[in-house]
Amino acid sequence: MTTVAKFEINYLQFMDENGTFISKQVPPQFAQDIDTVKSLYRDMCLIRVLDQKAYALQRTGKMGTYPAATGQEAVGVGFGSAMTKDDVLVPYYRGQAAMIQHGVLMEEVLLYWGGDERGCDYKVAKQDFPIAVPIATQLLHAAGIAKAMQMRGEKRCVFTEIGEGGTSEGDFYEALNVAGIWNLGVVFVINNNQWAISVPSEIQTNCETYAQKAIAAGIECIQVDGNDIIAVKEASEKAAEKARNGGGPTVIECISLRLCDHTTADDATRYRPEGELDEGWKKEPILRLRKYLESKKAWSEADEEKMKKELAEEVQTAVDNYLNTAVDSPAAMFDNLYAELPERTLAQRELALARGAK
Amino acid sequence: MAAITLIEAVNKAMAYEMGVDEEVVILGEDVGANGGVFRATDGLQQKFGDKRVIDTPLAESMIAGVSIGMAAQGMKPVAEIQFMGFIFPAVDQIICHAARMRNRTRGRIHLPMVIRAPFGGGIHAPEHHSESTEAIFAHIPGLKVVIPSNPSRAYGLMLAAIRDPDPVIFLEPKRVYRIEKHEIEDNGEEYPLGMCFVDREGTDITLISWGAMLHETKQAAEKLAAEGISAEVIDVATVSPLDIDTILESVEKTGRACIVQEAPKAGALGSEIAAEIAEKGVMNLLAPIGRVSGYDTVMPYYRLEKQYMPKVEHIVEEAKRIVEYR
Repeated sequence: MTTVAKFEINYLQFMDENGTFISKQVPPQFAQDIDTVKSLYRDMCLIRVLDQKAYALQRTGKMGTYPAATGQEAVGVGFGSAMTKDDVLVPYYRGQAAMIQHGVLMEEVLLYWGGDERGCDYKVAKQDFPIAVPIATQLLHAAGIAKAMQMRGEKRCVFTEIGEGGTSEGDFYEALNVAGIWNLGVVFVINNNQWAISVPSEIQTNCETYAQKAIAAGIECIQVDGNDIIAVKEASEKAAEKARNGGGPTVIECISLRLCDHTTADDATRYRPEGELDEGWKKEPILRLRKYLESKKAWSEADEEKMKKELAEEVQTAVDNYLNTAVDSPAAMFDNLYAELPERTLAQRELALARGAK
Repeated sequence: MAAITLIEAVNKAMAYEMGVDEEVVILGEDVGANGGVFRATDGLQQKFGDKRVIDTPLAESMIAGVSIGMAAQGMKPVAEIQFMGFIFPAVDQIICHAARMRNRTRGRIHLPMVIRAPFGGGIHAPEHHSESTEAIFAHIPGLKVVIPSNPSRAYGLMLAAIRDPDPVIFLEPKRVYRIEKHEIEDNGEEYPLGMCFVDREGTDITLISWGAMLHETKQAAEKLAAEGISAEVIDVATVSPLDIDTILESVEKTGRACIVQEAPKAGALGSEIAAEIAEKGVMNLLAPIGRVSGYDTVMPYYRLEKQYMPKVEHIVEEAKRIVEYR
């Protein structure tokens, strides 16, 4: 017997949980710029504040089900910050960190989870896809967008995100396969927060890593510490550069931990082992970056207080904009069904209007 | 001008539009060198190259999902699902995304895409190759579902489907792919979607059908004429959105309606047409509405296929029963 193929999965981490750069690797250029690091820190904090606010809105009956990304801020902010405005984002449902990073407005995120399709009519991120609720379906859209870019010879790329549970879906494999064979400029980010609602990796897959699922599609892959935003951003920037220049797709598995319930409709105490959260909070991404900034004497308690006040105001403005958006006319159900509404449905539109908003 | 079959008309329409609009691309399984298992894309890869006529990996959800992504970027993908029986892995993409993208982005993203699939029974095909499941898609808001019944309509409706700014499911009745030829001028003239065609004028009963079954329906109308019954024949053509006005006008004139479909009877397109006639035209009816359909059974494997399919004599029988109703 001879070996016909072999593979290995590399793991990337720059900064440990104490906010210290581990010695064996030279940190990327951007990580040596303190203002860039500060801005990444701020962007992660913004997502945490937004998520907390969204939770409060749901609990007080002002918003529907919402999936927070607490503990996973480094993944979305990290790869989102590696995107240019010409790249296209195809998010998953817990994708607010990357979405906001790429220009989706906070009020649009809130409006969407507040039950209003207008939250998908992005004012800035014009080409980005809305959240795909059916799991893993979005990866195929990313492949299609990248195919169009490739056919037109454009130097742009597509980022798409998926949870680790989503990698069990058929669409995940179909997307990786086609991206591999067509050499498409897609960066697939697996946000491994270790829980698919209540299902942990031990009963999700027999693979040692989720990254290695890329091997079967002939796609380059890497596993990174998803709590280390420096690692996430570095891996994403490299993958994006490659994708934009015809080098094809990459799978990046980011290992993080969901420090919150699956959504506002979930109660993780039913399945989460005792002690996991305590351990998780020691490793989470925001804390370690703050420790780093403090160690560089670049961040003080006063800076923290000032930032928190600003973020609270920023989020509150978005919340106000959301809450002040009046419920749409019943006509909105009809007006974008087709370019032109069929006559039959036109009569129903009139009926809905006649029945009024009640 | 050449006389061509329905499948050749599909091919011609795609070729015409690819020639005038570089955003139009074809993708699917075996659509390239092989020209499709029924030859719908015959010669197109040779003519337009493998960048625009794309052989995909064998994955239907992927074909639909990738088409969505391409269409969102302004391309006009015409995707082939090799048989309608294999469309089901793609249904998630078609229903959950293609049908609703325009609505859920409030018009920011729309999807000019066509998904073609041969469908229906009568060619002694393997299992899962003969079902008529058009009602599944006709039920979904945001989709258009088009079924040509002859070569001219295949040509004109395919052109309209490709040019339509919204997703169109284009179902090709494969039993009649090569049953007749029409003289078609390859001039890029489309037939409008969302419109029924009155194929034969009559005064005693309206026979309503679409796709392959229109051929039996027209033959039945001939036989009825020989017996002194004047049947009007309507080809629905676009089964969603339904042009119910043309049907209602006809029923107002004839006072009688019979719907002919190959699909099972329950919860089908015929049910919807019957309900519309009952809701809006019942006072014009001289007799109860009739339906000739397949049975509410699993589509049988081909030894019993013939026994499943509605036939000319069934239509004649049902039409006479309706006309003679007192």
